[in-house]
Amino acid sequence: MDILVVLEDNNGTIHRMGIESIAAAQHMADSLGLSAGAMAMGKNVDSLATEASGYSVDEVLSVNHELLNDYSSDGYAEAVKQVINKENPTYVLFGHSYQVRDYVPKISAKLMRPFLADSIAIDFDGKDVSLTKQMFNAKLFSDITPSGDAPFLISFQSASFLSDNATTGTAKKREVVINLDSSMIKTESEAPFKESSGGVDLTAAELIVSVGRGIGKEENISMAQDLAAALGAEISSSRPVVDSGWLSPSHQVGSSGQAVSPKMYLALGISGAIQHVVGMKASKNIVAINKDPEAPIFEIADYGVVGDLLEIVPKLTEAIQSK
Amino acid sequence: MKIAVLVKQVPGSESPLPLVSSQDWLDESQVAYIMNESDNYGLEEALQIREKNNDGEVVVVSLGPDRTQKVIREALAKGADRAIHIQTNENYPTDPLAAASLFADALKGEDFDIIFSGLQSDDLGYGQTGVILGELLGMSTATLAMATEILDNKIKVKRELEAGYFQWVTMSLPASISVQSGCNTPRYPSLKGIMGAKKKELNVVTPSVGDQNQSIKKIYAPNTAKETVMIKGSVDQVVEKLVTIFRNEIKIT
Ligand SMILES: Cc1cc2nc3c(=O)[nH]c(=O)nc-3n(C[C@H](O)[C@H](O)[C@H](O)COP(=O)(O)OP(=O)(O)OC[C@H]3O[C@@H](n4cnc5c(N)ncnc54)[C@H](O)[C@@H]3O)c2cc1C
Ligand SMILES: Nc1ncnc2c1ncn2[C@@H]1O[C@H](COP(=O)(O)O)[C@@H](O)[C@H]1O
Repeated sequence: MDILVVLEDNNGTIHRMGIESIAAAQHMADSLGLSAGAMAMGKNVDSLATEASGYSVDEVLSVNHELLNDYSSDGYAEAVKQVINKENPTYVLFGHSYQVRDYVPKISAKLMRPFLADSIAIDFDGKDVSLTKQMFNAKLFSDITPSGDAPFLISFQSASFLSDNATTGTAKKREVVINLDSSMIKTESEAPFKESSGGVDLTAAELIVSVGRGIGKEENISMAQDLAAALGAEISSSRPVVDSGWLSPSHQVGSSGQAVSPKMYLALGISGAIQHVVGMKASKNIVAINKDPEAPIFEIADYGVVGDLLEIVPKLTEAIQSK
Repeated sequence: MKIAVLVKQVPGSESPLPLVSSQDWLDESQVAYIMNESDNYGLEEALQIREKNNDGEVVVVSLGPDRTQKVIREALAKGADRAIHIQTNENYPTDPLAAASLFADALKGEDFDIIFSGLQSDDLGYGQTGVILGELLGMSTATLAMATEILDNKIKVKRELEAGYFQWVTMSLPASISVQSGCNTPRYPSLKGIMGAKKKELNVVTPSVGDQNQSIKKIYAPNTAKETVMIKGSVDQVVEKLVTIFRNEIKIT
């Protein structure tokens, strides 16, 4: 097979980004006249392979090994490397998940072949591909081309392809045997856990005022809190505000925080990095105040103000209070 | 404990980002550079381990043109013991595999117990360099570290997972660990540190850069898909318009 999609396990079903990668593989296969397949591994390999065989791909590979039952970067990188060596795909596709960040660079090093990570689009020029990637904190895009011999490892950012566009079908299943031994795995993992939260639950909030690093310093947080109080809104933030200790971790919105969908999300001094945006893009109305007209947050905002939040916010609070 | 910290110089988040006419890189003369955010946390983690054990060495390693020495000095001022500058005045590699190979060549004779890197550079954003480097040097690797604990010849790392989960992972040393922002509270350099930094050892190596396996063809501003209503005017006008939008369009009562 020319294009191999590596599926990730999400408690017995295919991780959403895996279906998006199948859609990407089908698009590439159609555009380049190539064949596509998928592979599953891990403790739920059978259910993943069965689910994958319901999509229109040539083949679904199952990789069974007891050392893959628990995720380890060493085990997973070695397993995918061996499958690549056996099957000789030209392109190997992944969703750009936390797990993929963790182990796919190892495959790149083992094979000395490039990993075109976190791509948001793919373009074709005859048989050549080029990938689009966000750079400089999403303020610029770049087109990147791989060179040298195959294989090329590619991961796509969440929602670059839509899972609804993955066409269904019936694929045949095949088992692939690999060799692993426990000396290859240098890590020992404990069970995943959640931090005892006890903080604010923003998921049901109707109105949110969210502060980013643009608030400047801890003393200015009260400015945003006053506005939130005047609006009857909850307060949330981007990650750097939590990292700096200006608000507690439960206020963080984004891929490592909460996902919110209020009627209004008022973003104050937030640049709009993808890891933040995934947590708030479902908001019904996004209003952004940012002094940089090029800030990526304006790409998803319904209403935008280019200006200094430190000037605007106190006056806005006053205006709302006086109504 | 011998610890290397990869520290990259990147454009600050408020810096202008003008392109050169060939549109494949920035016009660096107009860029304001700073230390990569997550690398600052990696440096702090290394310094804290050295201080806790009251023993060891922290070596800052940076790859880039001469301007890079500014962040190297900053890291030395914060307390790193010495530095290695992998100087690439021409032919700066924008391929993480090529960059990691240069790091591997420069570091392989040093036998570091730990290499800290940031989880992602704020310019290129590949999120790979530390892992590739660890693999090339035969080290254990872990990413998205939120806390570390040194055990007997092992390191225990609290990793951030998806959807608010965490996980402790223990691995043998040597290990290459990429840290997530927020894992500690980075210090500021003291005046004494700044003065002392000038006297610390800075070793410059000038390797030849190998072939790139991926290369940037073109950089450009994103074209926006969504229609954003831009609210313009003086501060007072903007405030008045916002209040009206809140009431009449978004219907906040
Ligand atoms: C694996 C991973 C997970 C992550 N998880 C999250 C997450 O869950 N949530 C999250 O938010 N981030 C997360 N991040 C970090 C994310 O990539 C960004 O770094 C972060 O969102 C940036 O926060 P910011 O917009 O507040 O800061 P910056 O990007 O620094 O932006 C500050 C903005 O404020 C503007 N500004 C400055 N001063 C003013 C002023 N006076 N008035 C108006 N505007 C002003 C600037 O123009 C700029 O646009 C994660 C990153 C990674 C790699
Ligand atoms: N040129 C460089 N100089 C120093 N460190 C670097 C360089 N490139 C990458 N790194 C390190 O590798 C991390 C990940 O970078 P990247 O793979 O580009 O996202 C960064 O946070 C740095 O710690």
